Amino acid sequence: MTARHVLVVGAGPAGLAAARSALAAGAEVVLVDSAEEMGGQYHRVPPAAFGAAHPERLQHHWAPFTRLRRELRAHPRCTWWPETAVWALEPRDPGEQGPPRVHLLHGPADGSGRTRHVLAPDALVLAPGAHDRVLPFPGWELPGVFTAGAAQALAKGERIAVGERVLVAGSGPFLLPVAGSLLEAGAGVRAVLEANPARTLARGWGSRPWQLAAHLGKTGELRDYAGQLLRHRVPYRTGRAVVEARGTGRVEEVVTARLRPDWSVVPGSSRTLAVDALCVSHGFSPQLELPVAAGCALLPSPAGEFVRVDGEQRTSAEGVWAAGEITGIAGAPAARAEGALAGWYAAGGDRTARALPRLHQVRDQGRDFAARLARAHPIGAAWPGWLRPDTLVCRCEETDYAALCAAAREESGAAARTARLATRAGLGPCQARICGPTVGELRARLRGSAPDARDAEGLAAPSSHRRPLAQPLRLGELARAPAPPPPGHRADGGPGSVPPRDPGPELPDDPAP
Amino acid sequence: MTARLVPAADDATGRRERPLRITVDGEALDGFAGQSIAGVLLAAGRLAWRRGPSGAPRGVFCGIGVCFDCLVRVNGEPDVRACRRRARDGDTVLTQSRAGGGEEAGDEGASGSSAALPAPAEEDNSDTEDGV
Repeated sequence: MTARHVLVVGAGPAGLAAARSALAAGAEVVLVDSAEEMGGQYHRVPPAAFGAAHPERLQHHWAPFTRLRRELRAHPRCTWWPETAVWALEPRDPGEQGPPRVHLLHGPADGSGRTRHVLAPDALVLAPGAHDRVLPFPGWELPGVFTAGAAQALAKGERIAVGERVLVAGSGPFLLPVAGSLLEAGAGVRAVLEANPARTLARGWGSRPWQLAAHLGKTGELRDYAGQLLRHRVPYRTGRAVVEARGTGRVEEVVTARLRPDWSVVPGSSRTLAVDALCVSHGFSPQLELPVAAGCALLPSPAGEFVRVDGEQRTSAEGVWAAGEITGIAGAPAARAEGALAGWYAAGGDRTARALPRLHQVRDQGRDFAARLARAHPIGAAWPGWLRPDTLVCRCEETDYAALCAAAREESGAAARTARLATRAGLGPCQARICGPTVGELRARLRGSAPDARDAEGLAAPSSHRRPLAQPLRLGELARAPAPPPPGHRADGGPGSVPPRDPGPELPDDPAP
Repeated sequence: MTARLVPAADDATGRRERPLRITVDGEALDGFAGQSIAGVLLAAGRLAWRRGPSGAPRGVFCGIGVCFDCLVRVNGEPDVRACRRRARDGDTVLTQSRAGGGEEAGDEGASGSSAALPAPAEEDNSDTEDGV
């Protein structure tokens, strides 16, 4: 018997848990992340060069995180590659078994001197996470308008407070930790606006939400954030949203308005508020380009598309497992349980391991949490009501709503591809990461059909997540021969040759380390 | 006012500051080891540095390398995400613009080895490409 080679993409809560349990099952593990530090967005840590004596002061669940980080760094069968971007997944040759070959670039972000690597693992665990979804509104392209995630990343990772009079707006429980991070960094937070009315929140979370939060170890966090808002006298308002940002060259004021449950604007309810920064998040977009490139089937849901997984976190693509936010937005505790399961099964771990029932239970609670979260913080169908003809929908190409409407009216607007060409929406540097879901939704509504239901004949169904190059790379890097894989790992599809180093694997039973 | 760096003396994390200096369009900006280029710019009071196709100003939007709004040229390499690249002492940063139909800095005579690979438009790569 030889050790399984498991490649884990993403070192957030899901990826770290996956690496840990794959190691516990006896696998050789390579863990990669585009950042320099482990932790992902949830455990966003200040850079090592800051020499922070007390990084734990910005973190929840810090001690178990640092223990796990130490364990993974020191583990003889674990190779940790920071600053590593997966730029392509390449299907195996016909007749070859296993997940796609993984093309990596290792080195400073977007640099031209990065090292190329190609790995051919026995199993691939995808845990790339999610980023904020921000719906367009007039003025959202102004400097000083940030995603909520940006405000938090800057506060925790750079120690920068984005403003002195900041408004946090959008939908979802994530707005609370963002406000918390801003306050900690010394920013003034004028208010936190939740677009959904209190009734939607109450109905969505359902009975005994606190019990659920307790199961998932979230109670303390929620209590901390609520206490912080109270101490700083920051109002939390429901049923209110930012419908416009204004300013010359930067955001100077915002217009907020009362929303009905479907997010239509209540006439006469608008107010203006002077701000120097606005932080917005209407939910999360899972980072689906790698699962889509790997051929994983997606599952549509009211909250958007996610990767479809079975009870063992296995995707529809051979040798590919998925964990964390790409399977549903459920937060860190669920991501850890999913990661632990994905890593264990990907490594060929024993299906009778004693810790499995508990992990499955926590994962299922996480799915319940995700379902409630989606019900409590939906995006109201009437949100396009705040768009104006000149509101930018695609930030990169500056495609406005009027252009999208015109393209949809024309005959040539019938196919997603031709529409993209006509409007250029989604063709800019971000490759539709920001506007993709929004453009798809608006086009469908304007044409009165399901999103991208039909397309040019003979071409694959379009998806805004299809990016043949998952990350930008430079021609010079492409021309260079790949460097060898880490010791014990393969770049080709041949059989493994590394014997397991410590038999008798045991799965740790604490899913939330 | 605008974005600002938490002063080290007030920073609950007990941060230490090791100074570095970069230039942005020829102007010297002081920062600290560990900051991203976006971090140095924001801490210096700059909220925007790139221009979109209409010439409208852009800075950081997503902060985690997804939106590509914050692109700059670093030591001759175009299209570097300022929010993802750590600043190094002596870095020469040039701001970029897409105004006037110009492609993102790729038109400034970048050397062959560092020329950015054009982002593939989906309609050209629809169903057969696997990345290269």
